[in-house]
Parts: sequence; C-alpha cells; structure tokens
Amino acid sequence: MRTENAIQQTMHGHSRVKEKFMKRLILTGLLATSFAAADLIAPAAYAGDNEQYVPLPTYRVGAYASSGTLWWAGEIDYFRYINEVEGGINGVKLKVEEFETEWSPDRTVEVYERVKNGKDGAPVAFFFTHGTPATYALTERAVKDKIPLVDPAGGQPEATNGLVFSYVFPLLLNYYSQASVGINYIAQKEGGLDKLKGKKIVTVYHDSAYGRASQPAIAILAKKYGFENIQIPVADPGSEQSPQWRQVREAKPDWIFLRTWGVSTPVAIKTAARFGIPVDHIIGDVWAGSEADVIPAGTAAKGYQALAPYPGGADFEIHGRLRKTILEAGKSDLRDPKFFGAVYYNIGLINAALAVEALRTGQDKFGHRPLNGEEGHWAFEHLTIDDARLKKIGFLGLLQRIKLSPSDHEGGGAARIQQWDGQKWVLVTDWIQADHDTLAPLIEEKSAAYAKDRGIAPRNTGAEN
Amino acid sequence: MSELNKTLSGAAPIILSDRPLRLRLGAPALLLIAFVAVPLIGNDYWLGVILVPFLILSLAGVGLNLLTGYAGQTSLGSGGFMAVGAFAAFDFVVHGGLPLPAALFLAGLIAAATGLLFGLPSDRIKGFYLMVSSLAAQFFFEWLFLKIPWFYNYDSAGTIALPRLDVFGLDVSSAPARYYVTLIIVLALTWFAANLVRSQTGRSWMAIRDMDTAAAVTGVPVYRTKVLAFAISSFYLGIAGALWAFFYLGSASVQSFGIARSFEVLFIIIIGGMGSISGNFIGAAFIGLMPLAIDHVAQHFFAGHVDAGLLQNIQKAIFGLLIIWFLIKEPDGLARLFKTIAGRVSRWPLRF
Repeated sequence: MRTENAIQQTMHGHSRVKEKFMKRLILTGLLATSFAAADLIAPAAYAGDNEQYVPLPTYRVGAYASSGTLWWAGEIDYFRYINEVEGGINGVKLKVEEFETEWSPDRTVEVYERVKNGKDGAPVAFFFTHGTPATYALTERAVKDKIPLVDPAGGQPEATNGLVFSYVFPLLLNYYSQASVGINYIAQKEGGLDKLKGKKIVTVYHDSAYGRASQPAIAILAKKYGFENIQIPVADPGSEQSPQWRQVREAKPDWIFLRTWGVSTPVAIKTAARFGIPVDHIIGDVWAGSEADVIPAGTAAKGYQALAPYPGGADFEIHGRLRKTILEAGKSDLRDPKFFGAVYYNIGLINAALAVEALRTGQDKFGHRPLNGEEGHWAFEHLTIDDARLKKIGFLGLLQRIKLSPSDHEGGGAARIQQWDGQKWVLVTDWIQADHDTLAPLIEEKSAAYAKDRGIAPRNTGAEN
Repeated sequence: MSELNKTLSGAAPIILSDRPLRLRLGAPALLLIAFVAVPLIGNDYWLGVILVPFLILSLAGVGLNLLTGYAGQTSLGSGGFMAVGAFAAFDFVVHGGLPLPAALFLAGLIAAATGLLFGLPSDRIKGFYLMVSSLAAQFFFEWLFLKIPWFYNYDSAGTIALPRLDVFGLDVSSAPARYYVTLIIVLALTWFAANLVRSQTGRSWMAIRDMDTAAAVTGVPVYRTKVLAFAISSFYLGIAGALWAFFYLGSASVQSFGIARSFEVLFIIIIGGMGSISGNFIGAAFIGLMPLAIDHVAQHFFAGHVDAGLLQNIQKAIFGLLIIWFLIKEPDGLARLFKTIAGRVSRWPLRF
C-alpha cells in the first residue's frame, strides 16, 4: 500500500516528460519486438533460392569467449573465402548466421530449434554444435529432424558407430583415438610399443564427462601393452593443483598425459614445474594444446607437447590464400591479426573446410544446389578427402586424410604432435594413427549398450546403399 | 489507490479491490488462451522451446518464492534441488522401472526430503548466512551427480535421457504434447501453491518472514514451519528440474543445473515479485524470454552490420539496464508494476 502510494506520488510529482519518454521507450520496444516476431512466425521465401544456410551457435560472451572468438573467426573467414573468392560451392553461396549460446547446452537447444527449418528458403544441411554437452543434448532431436550434428574432436566416442548414432559426427579424432595416439607417440619416443611394458603413465584429467571419456580406452591399452595406468582427477575449475602434482611426483611416472581444459591446463603446467616434473614428458591432449593453454604458464611451458589434429601455425598453403584475399582485404573476422594461424583459429578453418568439402560431396550426387539435412547426412557419410584434394584446397599438412562411411563417423583418427618452443607451436611429427583395431570392440560394446537403453535398432547399411 | 477509494466512498469501500472482478474474468480467459489459443497459433518452436521452458522456470520460481518470498528463508540451492528432481526421476524410471508420472511424483518427494535436510540449519542461521549454507546444497549435488555413475546409469557422457516419454501409455514427445503436460502440471501446482499461501501454513510462513520472534510468541512453531517451507519449495523445484530435463531439453547433465540456474531462479522471483504467485510467471517471462526477444531484434536489425562480439555484449548490457530500470521503477517487482498499470488503465482517462 505504502509503496503503491509512493509510486503514485512520484509519477505525479515528477515531470510529465519522463512519462512520455517511458511510453515512447516501451512503444519502440514493442514495435521492434513485433518486427522480430513477424520474422519469427513467417519465414518468407523472398531470397536465397541458391543459398545454403549455415547457422553457427557461438559463444562470444562468458568464460570460454576468449578462445571461442578465434574459432569463429577461422570458420567465418573460410566461409567468406568460399563465398567471395571462389564464388560459393559450385555457385551455391553460404548464408552464415551466428547465435550466442554462452556455451550453454540449453541455449544451443533453443538455437537449434530456431534454425532447423532453414531461413528464407535456404535449407540447413548440418549443425555445428560447438561443444560436447550440446551434442549430447541434441542427439535425439537430430535423428527426428534429420539434421547431422557435427562436433569434430568431441562428442561421445561411441558415436563413431554411425549405425547406432546415425546423425552424430565426431569427426577427425574421438576421445578414444586421442588416448591411443598419445600412447602411440609415447611408444615412438620409447622406441617401440614393446618398450611400454612396465612403464608408468599418469593421466591427470579434468573431473568431468569430458575428462573421463578416454579412461576405458587407456585401460584397454594398458592391459595390451603392459604399462601401469594411473588416473588422477582435478576438480573443476582446477586453479589449485598442488595435491595432484605431489601425487604425480610420488608415483614417479615415465610419462604424463594431460587431459585438462580451460584454466586447469596452464595451472597444471606451472604446478608440474614447481614439483620438478620435466615438462617435455607431459603430453597434452587436443583441448589442452592451444596458445591459451601455454602462454599463461610462461617459461614453464617451454618444451610442452600436445596432440594436434588441429596444428597451429600460419605457414600452410591456405593461410597464404586467406592472407591475401581476406586478411589484407580487411574482410577478416579476426580483430587482432596476431592470432592468424593460432590453434583455435585453425580449428575454425579445418571445421569449416570439412563442412565445405562435405557439401561439395553431396552436391556431386544431388546436383549443384543447396542441400537439406538428409542430403547433408549422406554427404558427410560419404566424405572423402585424399592428399590430392588436400593439396588443392591448401590444407596439406594442416588436415589429415579423411574417409567416412556409414559405420565410421570419425573418418580420420590421427593427430600430429606439436611442441611449444616458448614463442610458437612447432610440429615435431607427421600424422600418428590411432590403434583402431584395438578400440573397435570398445566402441561396439558402448554403442550397443546405448542402442539397447534407448531402443534403437542399428541401421542396416546394405539395405540403404 | 484503494486508500483514495476509501476516502472517496466513505467508510465502506464498495469497489475497494478490483481483484475479485479481474479474477472472475481473467482466470478463465487465461486458461482458454493457454489451452486453446496458444496451441492453435503456436508452432513447434514456440511451444517446445519458448513456452515449455517459460512454464518450467515459472514453476521453479513458485518453488523458490514459497521459501524466500513467503517464508523469508534465502536460498541459492535451487539448481541443486532441480538436479535432484531430474536425476531421481531418471533413476526411478531406469533403475526402478516405474512409469513416468509416478517417477515424477516420487522424484518431487525425494527433492523435498533433501530440501528438508538442507533446511535444518535454518534453525540456527538466518539471512545471508543461510544463503551461503544453501550454496553447500548446490555444490554438493553438482558433485554427487558427476561423481557417482550409478545416478546417470553409467552413461559415458554423464547425461540422463529417458528411453521413452509417455504418460499413461500416451506418447508425449511431440512439442504440443510436451506443452500440454507441462501446462497441466504447472497449473495444478500453482493452484495448490496459491491456496497454500492463503492457508494457515502460508500465514505462518509470512508471520515468520515478517518477524520470527513475534511469530514464535503468537504460537507459530517456527522451526517446523521453516523446515516445511524448505521441503515444499524443494518439491516444486524437483518437479521443475525433472520437467526441465525431460520435457524441455530431452537429455540433461549437471551442467544444466549449475549455480547459474540458481541465480536465474532467484532473479525470477526478485524481478517478478517476492511473495507473489503471478510474479513468478512475469519474472520467468522477463528473465527467460527477454534475452531471446533482444536477440531476435538484434539478429533482425543489426546482424552483419555490427561486430558480432560487440553485439552480444551490447545485448547483455541492455538486459542488465532493463533489470536495473525496472527495479528502480518498482522495487516490489513486475507483478506490482503490472497491478499499478492495470489499475491506471481501468480508470483511464480519469485520474485520481
């Protein structure tokens, strides 16, 4: 009662001007909202008969924004390059639109529902989830809507089995393969897989679904090669890790596999140095191997190595093309050219190139026109990128050879190793292949369990082809 | 305004309150809109992605409002209790083999039990200190549902999803069906809450909120009533969590019930109005839908012309400014603001 009166008095006592301003403000807001709502309800078909709609759920706000912005810059620059320099894919332009999600799977679901039917007549052929939790949240919707979810180097490892997870594509290198490549590299350093016997390999991991994802694979490899497998968790966010690294030192390991994420990586590298653990015996996995992971660790990171399905560096052929046509033409989405060729920028480039090559594959079958989700699904399942093709698109050395099939949604399974020299990443190996034969039964078993839980009948590809 | 009515019409204010009148017209009209008009004009996007989460967040708001707005006990554990509801419902279905409605109800009870447990410290601590202790619930449940794989049935991703979404044998996985189920549950629980706060329990809560010593003197069993508020509030939050996981997202992990969710629910009741039932719906609309509306406007007018990162940050800033502006305009929340405006409109163009 009291407040109500107070408000009344304020409204009367003060000038009318304020009230008018308020009304105008509300009116403007309503007007703008109704425009947007109209846009939302009626997807008019006035443009884009020859456009492919590419929605990007991005995060430029929030805790992960700093690495995200480079990633989107890479993707957007490559799409711009295709549109403006190459005139689209066989003449089909890409209509790219960004949506903020703050890396929240809940917001990504909203974005997915908003864009899944395309825009202005331009269809959606695939959806980059840009995050493993978002992939999980969308897995079942995507099957229903027939839209391929593309999440390179992420997602559930068992989603590699496309017969069960028909619309999920964990391209390049799943979490099992990441573990396997790491172990194979260690073997290479030790002088052969037989030398692994009796060695101690510690995995320091971010205690989350992501961090634990590779455990079953390492357990199998430890059994096969006879090394001792020690797993040490770091709770999120991992900004204090003394107890963990004391434990590591007590174990006296031969090698350390670092599967951290975000702030926990530089902290791990610094803490390891404090405990006198040689940094060149720490191998980071994919999401612990960017500039953002080593620069904050300062000199402690010099000599640190990491798995690189997405190598860093700006000296690949494609960078030369982009520098001339996009960067120097002032069309780049990159705000600071210093980051041109950073790991996260290259992640964007590679993901965009995978999508473009898939669309090309699909267009070869369905005709030179925009593809829908079902056609995009066929396109990804039949995506092949060989060395000749890599050379042509300027990705040789930056991207591995790719060959997907309905039963293999990973299509690569290799990574190079890069080492931080204090200034930049230096590639120290060629592509190292994961041990797919050893991991296949694990993927088979996990995907069968998933199929049983959700009542999914695995596809019979013989009938489809 | 009613003060003025009193003075104008003498001692007996015949038109003292416009509430009964509005209720008589408003409630059936709202129900008609919610049950008939909205599903007729709304497409799957509107029903499944805008309205379902809006209803669920409103329900969570009702839950927290019972505790904070009516009983005066602060809590930042809403996300945790929502997680309890979601994971409990999942476990009752997957491990217990129960049908969904039963699992949902039992999950609410489990959440109520945990709420009761974490409400025990309210005997000794108050205000901000209680809020901090409720944070313990938040972090404990986040940890629990990540650490113990049994809760998510040993899924490698740590996510939970129901094999089928059916209620009494009916498949309710389509967007309109999910909307109807959510609407019915939310309305039933809101109706119960509205009656509860007018019952003796509700009045005891408000007595405690306004001054617990005075309440104790008048014979209100303070401790028991407080703990009851925790339990009932958590029941609501648990149901909201299960609905969020299965009727909105489809699958969920603890990430969907983080501390950010707790803050979101708290903001809903602050913006909507503490100690108000309808305020939760207004607050949920504001917190849940306003960022989307701003995003749609921004996408429509500015995408491609303004740097994307800048645009996103400007949207955040606009949202923040709107919150500040509304709270300065009406510290008692949007529910009160709407009531004031409705009062003015009903008398327009006459002014008092």
